[in-house]
Amino acid sequence: MDKLIVDKLNLYYGANHALRDIGMAIPAREVTALIGPSGCGKSTFLRTLNRMNDLVEGCRIEGKVTLDGEDIYAEETDVSVLRKRVGMVFQKPTPFAMSVYDNIAFGPRTHGIRARVKLDAIIEKSLRDAAIWDEIKDRLNENALSLSGGQQQRMCIARALAVSPEVLLMDEPTSALDPISTSRIEDLVAELKKEYTIVIVTHNMQQAARISDRTAFFFLGEMIEYDATEKIFSLPDDKRTENYITGRFG
Amino acid sequence: MKTMMRGFEGIKPLSLALRACVLAAAVATVSIIFFIVGYIVVMGVPNITPEIFAWRYDSVNVSLVPALINTAIMTALSLLISAPLGIFAAVYMTEYARRGNRLVPLVRLAAETLAGIPSIVYGLFGMLCFVMTLGWGYSLLAGAFTMAVMILPVIMRTTEEALIAVPDSYREGSFGLGAGRLRTVFSIVLPPAVPGILAGIILCIGRVVGETAALIFTAGTVAKIPDSAFSSVRTLSVHMYSLSSEGLHVDQAYATAVVLLILVIVINMSSVALAKRITEGKCG
Repeated sequence: MDKLIVDKLNLYYGANHALRDIGMAIPAREVTALIGPSGCGKSTFLRTLNRMNDLVEGCRIEGKVTLDGEDIYAEETDVSVLRKRVGMVFQKPTPFAMSVYDNIAFGPRTHGIRARVKLDAIIEKSLRDAAIWDEIKDRLNENALSLSGGQQQRMCIARALAVSPEVLLMDEPTSALDPISTSRIEDLVAELKKEYTIVIVTHNMQQAARISDRTAFFFLGEMIEYDATEKIFSLPDDKRTENYITGRFG
Repeated sequence: MKTMMRGFEGIKPLSLALRACVLAAAVATVSIIFFIVGYIVVMGVPNITPEIFAWRYDSVNVSLVPALINTAIMTALSLLISAPLGIFAAVYMTEYARRGNRLVPLVRLAAETLAGIPSIVYGLFGMLCFVMTLGWGYSLLAGAFTMAVMILPVIMRTTEEALIAVPDSYREGSFGLGAGRLRTVFSIVLPPAVPGILAGIILCIGRVVGETAALIFTAGTVAKIPDSAFSSVRTLSVHMYSLSSEGLHVDQAYATAVVLLILVIVINMSSVALAKRITEGKCG
């Protein structure tokens, strides 16, 4: 079943045509990796899936993106609800300057959950799902900025999970982390895909090969190839994909 | 010893002269400050008597207590007027206005110009506008409004700087969770900016406490605790000015100067401490 369907998506930053005619179907409960050299549009594309580009001035989007068949760029779409359904984890950890508890409670509170008992339960579940509960369960009242980088990133994943999203967008979530934290987050992704649809941008091709079911290769604003990960990494159709994954450029 | 000698051998006459200039400038600055403070302390401290802290002011015993209380009321009132305005204006400029908004550079230019205007001009404006046109007379209210106009640009600019220093990742993280702009600004962006905003407010307190010219024209010089917002009041600085210009109680003027000096030093030190806390916050 396809969770997200993108059809003839074009994106412009002012006069700059940043994404050209992108079309892809992202299946539910699978990990889809977006790879490609810097500046190829993969992060920009990821941000069109929960309308984070709305915040960028001079950004114009044409085409259609549907989530469970609903057009997310339709006028009647509530962006707040969309971003609750399609959560996001950023390249650098983005903890707010408040306690771990308040960080994770921020999302649920935004969407109207106030009861302490309910919040407590949500916080424990999200931290468990993000595989960080045992490490920080005694530090919930500490400032989130005092956690290590890897812990901050997993806390941010927990924060995204706390609003019970259906899709999780991850924008190079391990690029600022050490190898041990990276492998933890990779394990976590494998665990999370049982419940969530995951789209992950990565610079690291081994990572894409390890954790994803499907891979899309982006180059200069175009999606060159999109297929099962095994196929992309063993027998790509396009010469450019082959050059990139074999390390001839990028 | 040898290395020191070698150090001096290598120095050219020009850089030696420059070094001397720099040192002289530093010594001059420090000695001027020490001289002023020392002079005031020597002249003022012996005159700090229990009498000048009496509850009431009269022509025989020129108590500074009413002026001290008026200073506090004046400061609080002018902040009450200008802090919300300045903070919300800054929030609008950094969080709401779109890039390319023509109003923003205009407001910024106006604020910068206002910050550079001599306070006597504010005094004249306050007298013409609040005292005469609005008919408030020489009053606490007219003084406070004049002070509010004077410190508004400072509060606005410092708040703006504090908001700009909050990393964009906070805003993105918040929007990414489905929060709207209002919630993002008030729950996520403003709290880490509070120390910076506070430092600006303390700077403004210092300006109100030290102001004389603008207040003589707008709040008058009556040395009593006010009955209403329309009573004329004198603050500590104005009190000092009055005492020394009347020439009858110059000793008490020096004592007032000591009290004022202590007040200003305390305010400046807390401002520095707060500013330090912000820079530490940024690294963490």
